[in-house]
Amino acid sequence: MLRFVLRRVALIVPTFIGVTFASFLLIHLVPGDPIEVRAGEHGISPQRHAELLHEYGLDQPLWKQFVDYERQVASGNLGTSIVRQDSVWTEFLQLFPATVELSLCAILFAIAIGMPLGIIAAIRRGSIFDYGLMGLSVTGASMPIFWWGLIMILVFSVSLGWTPVSGRISDAFYVQPITGFMLIDCWFSDDAGACSSAASHLILPTIVLGTIPLAVIARMTRSAMLEVLGEDYVRTARAKGLSGPRVIIVHALRNALIPVVTVIGLQVGTLLSGAILTETVFAWPGIGHWLVESVQRRDYPVLQGGVLLVAALVMLVNLGVDLTYGLLNPRIRR
Amino acid sequence: MSATDTLAAAPVGAARLPGRFATFWRGFAANRGALLGLAVLVLLVLVALLAPLVAPHSPIQQYRAHFLTPPAWERGGSLEFPLGTDDVGRDILSRLIFGARLSLLIGVAVVGLALSSGTVLGLVAAFAGGTLDVGIMRLMDVMLVFPSLLLAIVIVAILGPSLFNAMLAVASVSVPGYTRLARASALGELGRDYVTATRCAGAGRLRLMFVTVLPNCLAPLIVQASLGFSNAILDAAALGFLGLGAQPPTPEWGTMLAGALEFYQRAPWVLTFPGLAILVTVLAFNLVGDGLRDALDPKLRR
Repeated sequence: MLRFVLRRVALIVPTFIGVTFASFLLIHLVPGDPIEVRAGEHGISPQRHAELLHEYGLDQPLWKQFVDYERQVASGNLGTSIVRQDSVWTEFLQLFPATVELSLCAILFAIAIGMPLGIIAAIRRGSIFDYGLMGLSVTGASMPIFWWGLIMILVFSVSLGWTPVSGRISDAFYVQPITGFMLIDCWFSDDAGACSSAASHLILPTIVLGTIPLAVIARMTRSAMLEVLGEDYVRTARAKGLSGPRVIIVHALRNALIPVVTVIGLQVGTLLSGAILTETVFAWPGIGHWLVESVQRRDYPVLQGGVLLVAALVMLVNLGVDLTYGLLNPRIRR
Repeated sequence: MSATDTLAAAPVGAARLPGRFATFWRGFAANRGALLGLAVLVLLVLVALLAPLVAPHSPIQQYRAHFLTPPAWERGGSLEFPLGTDDVGRDILSRLIFGARLSLLIGVAVVGLALSSGTVLGLVAAFAGGTLDVGIMRLMDVMLVFPSLLLAIVIVAILGPSLFNAMLAVASVSVPGYTRLARASALGELGRDYVTATRCAGAGRLRLMFVTVLPNCLAPLIVQASLGFSNAILDAAALGFLGLGAQPPTPEWGTMLAGALEFYQRAPWVLTFPGLAILVTVLAFNLVGDGLRDALDPKLRR
């Protein structure tokens, strides 16, 4: 097992260096050099430009700059934002909990609704429910979620007035940020009004971001269950006289879960892509919103650092999924 | 269609073997959703081709007297603008009809570009082996680490926002999928006897790659490509929505949604119809893709 873990971790190193190289190249590929980018629309005198180029080591050969960049990344320095003058790392840490909170809620929502639906569809294979659910599942997976979010706002916020339109919490409340997770911080603050405000802000974005994973999970659960329900051991369990629910939950579901869990693990990238759109629609102050804004404001250091951090995050999650999978299934340890 | 080679071996039961296409069609047509999707796509292609004939107005003509006219069935609507007008008085139906051209163009261009370059890269990796193989596949690993929309955003940030650059970005993002598939299936074929036989007969490397091996790797690639259309259209629309794709007044559906942001609460129709157009198109491509998967590649059936 140790060898398996070490090999998986070692595999990540070249990919990570590749990722840092990609983010290093980013700042060199955008039109204008980094100094011009930083000067923005104010412009800069040619003399000062040359001085700064020298000061930041940008007149060095490219490979040397890359080595310097690697050194900076290794020491945790990801540059400073042009717009807010904060370090990219600080900004990321401030906004990251919001994205995690939203993504976790979305994936939990998708699992809580998608798995039971998939199981029922598999049990009632060929019924109207099954066909209806599979139709809805394809539709959900085809959803342009930025539009879906706006439609939800239109129906539930504007017409019905049930939920707020945007943000994480109403301006009327101030909650001391302790963990950065609004729901938990509200819990600590002992303010019931703040809690319900935070929860009501979370509902629509959760549903919108959870829609595609929900569709994928329902479909995957159904097909995994169908496969397992045809196996001999399920027939044996039935023949033994076990009750229907017991066979489904104890015998079938446990084995059907393996592919489903893998699919859930692989949804991280999709979830982050979705978070970019969901956060933009709901003005949710998270990483996705931050990155889109950085492109629109031409704040390239933020884009560079943010992209690197997101990629590192995805790699870590993938590694986690791989290791868990190896833990559960000795055959793939090899 | 040589992709159905594998199907020719499938038992058919009938005394007379049906043709390849007939076998494929029977598998495809058994899926009612796929037929529905195909019907929608045919309609969409017709509308796109005949856009100037079927559209009641020009997509960029601004009718100064008709800002934000509601759809015909609502109060204040008129049959002159069946789906209403937008904030500068352009007919929404006409814009949607011309937008269909763009969406199909995006789908075809993105999938064509990504499929061809991904396949070539995958075949080269499989045939060359060694350093080149490792190099190509590591590069693909790096690309796969970035969430697809984020990578597309970064590429557009470098190239500048335009429809063409958005298409380029979405295509680059989907290359790794095709490369991995092509490499995996080519590796599977390389050990087969027919490949060795062809090689012994003196076939050159290029011939082996594209004439001998490629046709037998096509089934999974075609399935992936048909599902790739929906991703391409969704991602390009998302870029348009974020202001990083097609620029106004281009009647691209995602860009139309971005333009509706300021006043959709007053005039919901400006928002509803472009989104529905995206949803229906993507859904149709997904249904057809599922049908193709069932008909072409039973192994991939989920």
